[in-house]
Amino acid sequence: MLLKTFNKIYDTDVGYSFFNSKIAIISSTIMFIIFLCSVFAGVVAPYNPFDPASISLMDAFTPPSWSEGGSSSFILGTDQQGRDMLSTMIYGSRISLIVGFASILFAMVLGVFLGVTAGYIGGRYEIIVMRLTDVQLTIPSILMALLVNGIAKSVISQSMHSEMAIYVLIFAIGISEWPQFARVSRASTLVEKNKEYVSASRIIGLSNIIIMFKHILPNILRPLLVIATIGLALAIITESTLSFLGVGVPPTTPSLGTLIRFGNSFLFSGEWWITFFPAIFLIVLALSINLLGDWMRDALNPKLKIR
Amino acid sequence: MIVVAFVSFSLFNFVGDPVISLTGEDSSIERQAEVREAIGLNDPVYIQFSRFLGNVIQGDFGISYQLKREVSDLIAERMPATLELVFVSALLAIIVGVILGVYTGIHRDSFVSNVILVISLAGVSLPTFIIGIMLIYLFSVILGVLPSFGRGEVIDLGFWSTGFLTISGLKALILPSVTLSLFQMTYVIRLVRAEMMEILQTDYIKFAKARGIKKNTINYKHALKNGLIPVITITGINIGTLIAFSIITETVFQWPGMGLLFINAVYFVDIPIMSAYMIMVAFIFVMINFIVDITYYFIDPRIRIKDEMS
Amino acid sequence: MSLLKVKNLNISYPTRKETIVASKDVEFTLERGEILGIVGESGSGKSTIANAIINLIDPPGEITGGSIKIDKIELRDNEEVIQKIRGKKIGFVFQDPQTSLNPLFRIKDQLIETIQTHLDLDYQEALNRSIQLLEEVGIDNAEKRIEDYPHQFSGGMRQRVVIALAISCEPDLIIADEPTTALDVSIQYQILELLKDLTQKRNLGVIIITHDMGVIAETTNKVIVMRYGVIVEQGDTKELLTNPKSNEARSLVISVPPTNKKIDRFKLISPDGKEITSDSKNLTRKIIKSWGVRENTNQKLLELTGVTKIFDDNSMAGKFSFGSKNETIDKVVKAVDDVSFELFEGETLGLVGESGSGKSTIAKIITGLVRPTGGEIFYNNLSLYNSKRKYQIDKSRGQIQMIFQDPYSSLNPRFKVRDIISEPIKLFQKNITRSELTQNTHDLIDIVGMTRQSLDRYPHEFSGGQRQRISIARALATRPRLLVCDEPTSALDVSIQAQILNLLKDIQDELHLTMLFISHDLPVIRQMCNRIVVLKNGGVCETKETEELFNNPEHPYTQELIRLMPKIESIV
Repeated sequence: MLLKTFNKIYDTDVGYSFFNSKIAIISSTIMFIIFLCSVFAGVVAPYNPFDPASISLMDAFTPPSWSEGGSSSFILGTDQQGRDMLSTMIYGSRISLIVGFASILFAMVLGVFLGVTAGYIGGRYEIIVMRLTDVQLTIPSILMALLVNGIAKSVISQSMHSEMAIYVLIFAIGISEWPQFARVSRASTLVEKNKEYVSASRIIGLSNIIIMFKHILPNILRPLLVIATIGLALAIITESTLSFLGVGVPPTTPSLGTLIRFGNSFLFSGEWWITFFPAIFLIVLALSINLLGDWMRDALNPKLKIR
Repeated sequence: MIVVAFVSFSLFNFVGDPVISLTGEDSSIERQAEVREAIGLNDPVYIQFSRFLGNVIQGDFGISYQLKREVSDLIAERMPATLELVFVSALLAIIVGVILGVYTGIHRDSFVSNVILVISLAGVSLPTFIIGIMLIYLFSVILGVLPSFGRGEVIDLGFWSTGFLTISGLKALILPSVTLSLFQMTYVIRLVRAEMMEILQTDYIKFAKARGIKKNTINYKHALKNGLIPVITITGINIGTLIAFSIITETVFQWPGMGLLFINAVYFVDIPIMSAYMIMVAFIFVMINFIVDITYYFIDPRIRIKDEMS
Repeated sequence: MSLLKVKNLNISYPTRKETIVASKDVEFTLERGEILGIVGESGSGKSTIANAIINLIDPPGEITGGSIKIDKIELRDNEEVIQKIRGKKIGFVFQDPQTSLNPLFRIKDQLIETIQTHLDLDYQEALNRSIQLLEEVGIDNAEKRIEDYPHQFSGGMRQRVVIALAISCEPDLIIADEPTTALDVSIQYQILELLKDLTQKRNLGVIIITHDMGVIAETTNKVIVMRYGVIVEQGDTKELLTNPKSNEARSLVISVPPTNKKIDRFKLISPDGKEITSDSKNLTRKIIKSWGVRENTNQKLLELTGVTKIFDDNSMAGKFSFGSKNETIDKVVKAVDDVSFELFEGETLGLVGESGSGKSTIAKIITGLVRPTGGEIFYNNLSLYNSKRKYQIDKSRGQIQMIFQDPYSSLNPRFKVRDIISEPIKLFQKNITRSELTQNTHDLIDIVGMTRQSLDRYPHEFSGGQRQRISIARALATRPRLLVCDEPTSALDVSIQAQILNLLKDIQDELHLTMLFISHDLPVIRQMCNRIVVLKNGGVCETKETEELFNNPEHPYTQELIRLMPKIESIV
């Protein structure tokens, strides 16, 4: 049974392209590994760096195990508080991934809904929605996220800051990304709307909602998937940037960006690994997601036929 | 624009309590009431809004909560730094981006193209701040050839201070502008490449080939002219994004521009600066979009000249 | 010495699954002053041959064998020579005038550039020559129009410009790939006359690729019939059309709707040469049972009075014409102008007209896809649009159905065929049991002549003709009384067209359907319809019984249409 489905997938154009592209396989494998690690962080990481009992300041500033002064119990060294680098990175990536996925999901649901309805219904509704996306698209996502963050901070009382920070962040990044989804969904919806199967559905008498979400939506998923993947990478980068600037996740639950910020102050004094490793990790994560998204874009594009 | 102004305004008034910020947390109730009256918070909303608008048009953004100085002064001081940085980065991004984009679009599968594409991918995947840190590490710490922070020496031209005219100013400009432009550059490369590849498959290119027009002419004259059109649109968005990303770059390089000002404002919840920044930036965006629309109109004859069938 | 000599030409497209042979052992010659037609159905390889001559086959296709000689110069595998020959010795005309010209360059520049590439003339000389060329292809006011951009020309004019470009450097051979397929009948006539004219005046050799037998009959001296990449028959046009020898050629010729008489059914030839007759009476019996018996009362089923539709055009250009010459900024298109006609039960009414005549818009108004600006539409004496101009779908309740033109976009690619057909059934019979639903679906797929296995496949696995059958099955699912057919076979090959039209005729007879048949193809309309309405620019020119219209057309436009349509009989 499994073999049969595998063969079926391999036979499709997309499947064939995937299994023949080393890049696609490598990057999705990396993603998968990182993903698994972060989900099962408790099991995978050698230590739990956020459990105050397990760290001691005595271990602080230990260099990576292969350099002088390093120890095998901390493979990649420790940071300024004595936390094992590898563990903090794994836990950190978990935060990064959670924020990334959640915000993109939010953006996608909001954006696709508004985009599809705008494209199908048209009229003043469409104009309003499109104006909104236009206005927001001129504001770059970082700025948007910063603004929303800043506003939220001043609205929510001081004490609630830490608790709400992650939700605010997800909301902020999500708000900054939805216009892309809306734009593409609307454009695709307009194209599909002119196709005759939609006319046929209307003549049969199917309700508009059914036409939009049962008939049109499945046909526009391809480009949306590409945007979602690349958007995920962007969301992760945005989150880490915000955390680096100090306005992202609270320091108690650091993401990769926060870790880089911590380490930045020690870069010039010689403890390079505190910044270096999280940075590499982040780069690898973002790179593999982008590569996957890139491959997807080419594979799913009917205009650029494979030779 | 109006929308932005209104959001700014609401920020200003309803978020946080400006009175407390101005007078300090421990001031007496009477003092607060006095200040409230003086600022005009007791007037109906629409009057406050029009006063706000009036002030804005005159360039008066109020006083920074934290720095206790006129916001408009602060902005005027910092603007040249940001604008110069953005200008240079934009130039870099577009020129290098278009050249490389065209090249990779025409020579689809060559080795050089693939190398360029891989590097461009890195540009998209690396967060700006990491690029900045890496560059600083490489060029300032290890090689020691370029400064890692600040603007270098600056020449004061009345209302504008420029770093273009001094060697140290130019040197200081290199790392931040490269950092800033990298993200945009890769985006431009990909866009131009995709455009070129699509254009090269169109019927009119095929027809040109059938007429015996030389390959180079087709690539660099026929295809390119069509391919540049979307570049113009994204240039507009480009500059906007650059201004936003300058916030990051300025932070990493301690570049004394508006971005750094803004980030500190967010940190300290300094509303006047935040709202002023928003308005300024929105204004610049609207201007740029308008210019892009006009340029589009002049370049694409299909928009300019109504077709015969109309 | 022959102008063009093609021998043993073999072209193949290697794909990852298999290698598709696009052409096999193709051989023919062309002399100066001759017009050769290459005809075949889609996929026959005719375009590929044309592209191969100037080596512009779309990758991954490649020539794998044979020789192509023009005036004894070998073209195959000779990229250098081909570069020089393209445009200079061989001129090419593509099918779609909309996309053949670079939108950002003036006509003047495109012409001069081509001329200067091959001929040694300076700017002024090239310019003069360009103007002459435009005049030769029939563009008035050439000196002024040469300054214009492509989008300022209509389709027919653009094709003339394309032809001007093709002949600009005095080629000896012109290859035209479906040069008039995208144009209206009257324009088509002019372009073909132009080509014939040029052939004579300049002693050219011309190859015309087309699927239209009428064009072949009226324009060509010799013809090649291709099928699946192989030449099945070639020879003198008159000979071949009156006496086709191969099965394929016979099938092609016989499927063409006659222009001079009305026949009962289209004749079809199966691959082994015998005539196909169909028997759908058995199949329809089941459907009739579940639908209930219908009687033909000959009452008025559909009536349109004074229907008008105006489209507003808010173009960007309008916003920017600060003080330019044009007064009206809001452009207005009158797609349908005061149209009235009646449709009686059991009959087939034809709407015929060229592009812009409004026929499609009328179909959309009747089915509720587009709102009329004015006028009334009555179905069964009930008004289809209420006072707010909203379509009252409950008044017609599935009784009006439509078959569309493009088989490739009329079926949802993500739905299985089974779901496409059963969805409307479920909508109208909410409480239907599962077994009944399956039964109905099976009956419908049977009646359109497709296997039950097809129900579990997806649209992209089927050919154009098969997809149209599925569309018909879907349309029948709501038990309609009125079937609106909007150019249902325009996108199909001639022999498939014959099959589908026969199917429609059969279904109409058995199920007592009333049909509104829309087309630009006069011969097809003649075969399918009892009465005809002729449309031009949104307005009605003439309404008559079919035979009377063809034998005695009154309106000058109708007369012109009949006169200009390509007739395969003209050869006799």
